Amino acid sequence: MSLLELHGLKKTYGPVTALAGVDLSVASGSRTAIVGPSGCGKTTLLRLIAGFETPDSGSIMLDDKPLANGAGAVPAHLRGIGLVAQDGALFPHLSIAENIGFGLGRHAAGRNERITELAYTVGLDSALLKRRPHQLSGGQQQRVALARALAMRPRLMLLDEPFSALDTGLRASMRKAVAELLETAGIATVLVTHDQAEALSFADQVAVMREGSFSQVGTPRELYLKPRDRMVAEFLGEALVLPAMIVDGFAETTLGRLPLDGSGERPALARVMLRPEQVMLEIRPATEAADPQAGALYGEVVESEFAGATSTVAVRLINSPDSPEAAAIANTPLVLRKSGIEAPAVGEIVRIRTIGTAHVLAAG
Amino acid sequence: MGYSTGSYARSDLGATLLTGRRARRRPVSWMAVAAVVVSLFALLPLGFVIFSAFQAGWPTVVELVFRPRVGELLTNTIFLMLLTVPLTAVLATALAWLTERSDLPGVRIWSWLAVAPLAVPAFVHSYAWVTLIPGMHGLFAGVFISVIAYFPFLYLPISAALRRLDPALEDAASSLGLSPARVFLRVVLPQLRLALCGGGLLVALHLLAEYGLYGFIRFDTFTTAIIDQFQSTFNGAAANMLAGVLVSCCLVLLTMEMLIRGQERYARVGSGAARQQPRIRLGRMTLPCLVLPLVVALVSLGVPILTVGRWLIAGGADVWRLDEIGLALGQTLVLALLGGLVATVAAIPMAWISIRAPGWLQRILEGTNYVAGSLPGVVVALALVTVAIRVVPPLYQTLFTIVVAYGLMFLPRALISLRASIAQAPVELERAAGNLGRPPLRALWATTIRLSAPGAAAGMALSALGIMNELTATQMLAPNGTRTLAMAFWNYSGEIDYAAAAPYAAIMVAMSLPLTWLLYVQSKKMAGR
Repeated sequence: MSLLELHGLKKTYGPVTALAGVDLSVASGSRTAIVGPSGCGKTTLLRLIAGFETPDSGSIMLDDKPLANGAGAVPAHLRGIGLVAQDGALFPHLSIAENIGFGLGRHAAGRNERITELAYTVGLDSALLKRRPHQLSGGQQQRVALARALAMRPRLMLLDEPFSALDTGLRASMRKAVAELLETAGIATVLVTHDQAEALSFADQVAVMREGSFSQVGTPRELYLKPRDRMVAEFLGEALVLPAMIVDGFAETTLGRLPLDGSGERPALARVMLRPEQVMLEIRPATEAADPQAGALYGEVVESEFAGATSTVAVRLINSPDSPEAAAIANTPLVLRKSGIEAPAVGEIVRIRTIGTAHVLAAG
Repeated sequence: MGYSTGSYARSDLGATLLTGRRARRRPVSWMAVAAVVVSLFALLPLGFVIFSAFQAGWPTVVELVFRPRVGELLTNTIFLMLLTVPLTAVLATALAWLTERSDLPGVRIWSWLAVAPLAVPAFVHSYAWVTLIPGMHGLFAGVFISVIAYFPFLYLPISAALRRLDPALEDAASSLGLSPARVFLRVVLPQLRLALCGGGLLVALHLLAEYGLYGFIRFDTFTTAIIDQFQSTFNGAAANMLAGVLVSCCLVLLTMEMLIRGQERYARVGSGAARQQPRIRLGRMTLPCLVLPLVVALVSLGVPILTVGRWLIAGGADVWRLDEIGLALGQTLVLALLGGLVATVAAIPMAWISIRAPGWLQRILEGTNYVAGSLPGVVVALALVTVAIRVVPPLYQTLFTIVVAYGLMFLPRALISLRASIAQAPVELERAAGNLGRPPLRALWATTIRLSAPGAAAGMALSALGIMNELTATQMLAPNGTRTLAMAFWNYSGEIDYAAAAPYAAIMVAMSLPLTWLLYVQSKKMAGR
């Protein structure tokens, strides 16, 4: 069942359009990530849901009750939506315990027990409760911010790039911990981030945002493997985008004849996408390329840059199938990121194979 | 106000040990000696108060301190403070909120108009009201005029603090279910505590030290009583004992402020820059809200301008006795510039040490300076009069003594500007200059001194502004025949020749305006805008 429903949300600041009509549906207990480059309007969207700003038009429904409808809006403090901001926004003048208990009544029964319980839930040592925010590390501050928001028992939690201030290692473990915690508590989550890996690994629904509207909304797998257009494809990871002729449900490209995913109407000329991990390189003796097997594709390694776990390898095609654009394309080397151990050296001849299917991108 | 520049200075000391041992240690230790000498000088007034109590002996102290007159003055002072400081705080907070956080039309103008009353000397405020409403006197007149004259001292720090607040905190509070009013009370107000304490202390100290304002409306405070006493019996034990009580009041205030301020940290937790504050839409409340800054501007600027203007018109061309005014102006400028220079030069060693070599010495010196800087001018003047007469009679009523008094009184003003600007000249630059082949003193000249020159100039200007409008110490210490703008104004208005006094008031305000503007711009800059 859908907990949060956004319909046609629009917001402008003077001449700048921050949101140009956004629709989104968030199921209860689910995790949604909104990902996009900075300035795409994702933070504005979050602030509209939280109630810090009102939309120019469109509606926000929580549990089938309107939070904002045109000009009328429920103020932020009456919405009961949790929020964890980028760097925690802890109250510097209050202790950790007072921070966590901020939203609870000051004389509420069982207040102290509840604070201790919340600290335990988010994995905070109870010895920290007496400290001040500036005495805590970045990760601990985020845990306090989460506990403080959880104290209100919200059904929806908004996370505004809460992990971006943390170290790389801590970031991944915090993300996992937060995801598990919110799932256990049955709280639906909307995460805003500019980090695509974070969005893909955190959410069950990802929305890619650009210039105030969603380019595509779907599951992480769907978005990664079947992006609608080139922007979405490249935003979510490295992509090989190839011009292709579509013939009988196959794509004729410089990398040969590739099977396509899905079905349906397709233009005769299109661009298709492969993820670099779909391209396999196999080192072969130079003589084999001089006398290629039928249908086999060979290339020469022109660059190989070692960078620890991965190496970036550039391969120039030797015998590309004769397609109209091939002559021009063949001179542009194929750039792939490969495991550092098996990366071929410069000058080696490789046989190129592809696995899986190619995906046809919409024009534009 | 703590300037956390310890890291520069610590690495500086480390470098001193490692490299250029002789060349770099010498300036620091000379600076330390100079700073200690200046601080000892600054303690002179305090020492004088203690010494005169000892000299008078316990029975005399009891007789002179525990008498109805002192009780009366103490009651006056306490009521004045208890009413003025909270009222000023409320007014300043309301104005700061309107100009920093609401979409009031013309906020920039209102915010400048909230600082501009500083350009009007407190006794000119008093003059303006007394000549407008001759019946004004007593406690309530004192409270009213004090609020008008001193609220900018609270407005400046509060508006700067409001500007620096992280809006994410308020968002967090309202997402936790707090209504806007409760967000203000539980999140915004606690974070204004430092600004409220610091500004409140400054206002309270001014209430203790001011003479002219209360002289006009015949409201007796310790300062007015000391001056009356001084003028009638000259250098009597009674004046000294009153000064002792006045100093005790100051120390009580300093202690109270320290206790209320506490040890808490209010800086933003976390990294990155804070988002810009959104302004709150006043909507239908816009017009009622405009009334407050409008009334304040009318009362604090309109009335002085109106009264001075009215007397100028009434006086016509006759009141502009140019020879007399020119002489007063010249004397005032000489005194202000000399005093400003002395205050700034005296502040250099202390500013240098507090940035480049913080440690136990610097903490003691800063504490000393903090206490000495809060002593009223009347106590400083009384101490210097006594010392001059008893120890070096030829120095009594000389240019030297009055300039020393100005140096002591305005050293804290110079120190704040200097310290901030030396902090902006990191020692790394000095080292880079050394690395590029400059000998130490030339490296110092080419980097730190160049970079801190604007701060020094600002400090000097602010001290000079204070001296220009200074009345109390000038009256008591200036050489015979001295007649500054403030003295001439005071004498004429004392003779109820309000028209003849008006040109002096106008000149003082006109000369203070640019410096007040400087203060306003500096406060905006310090808040990062």
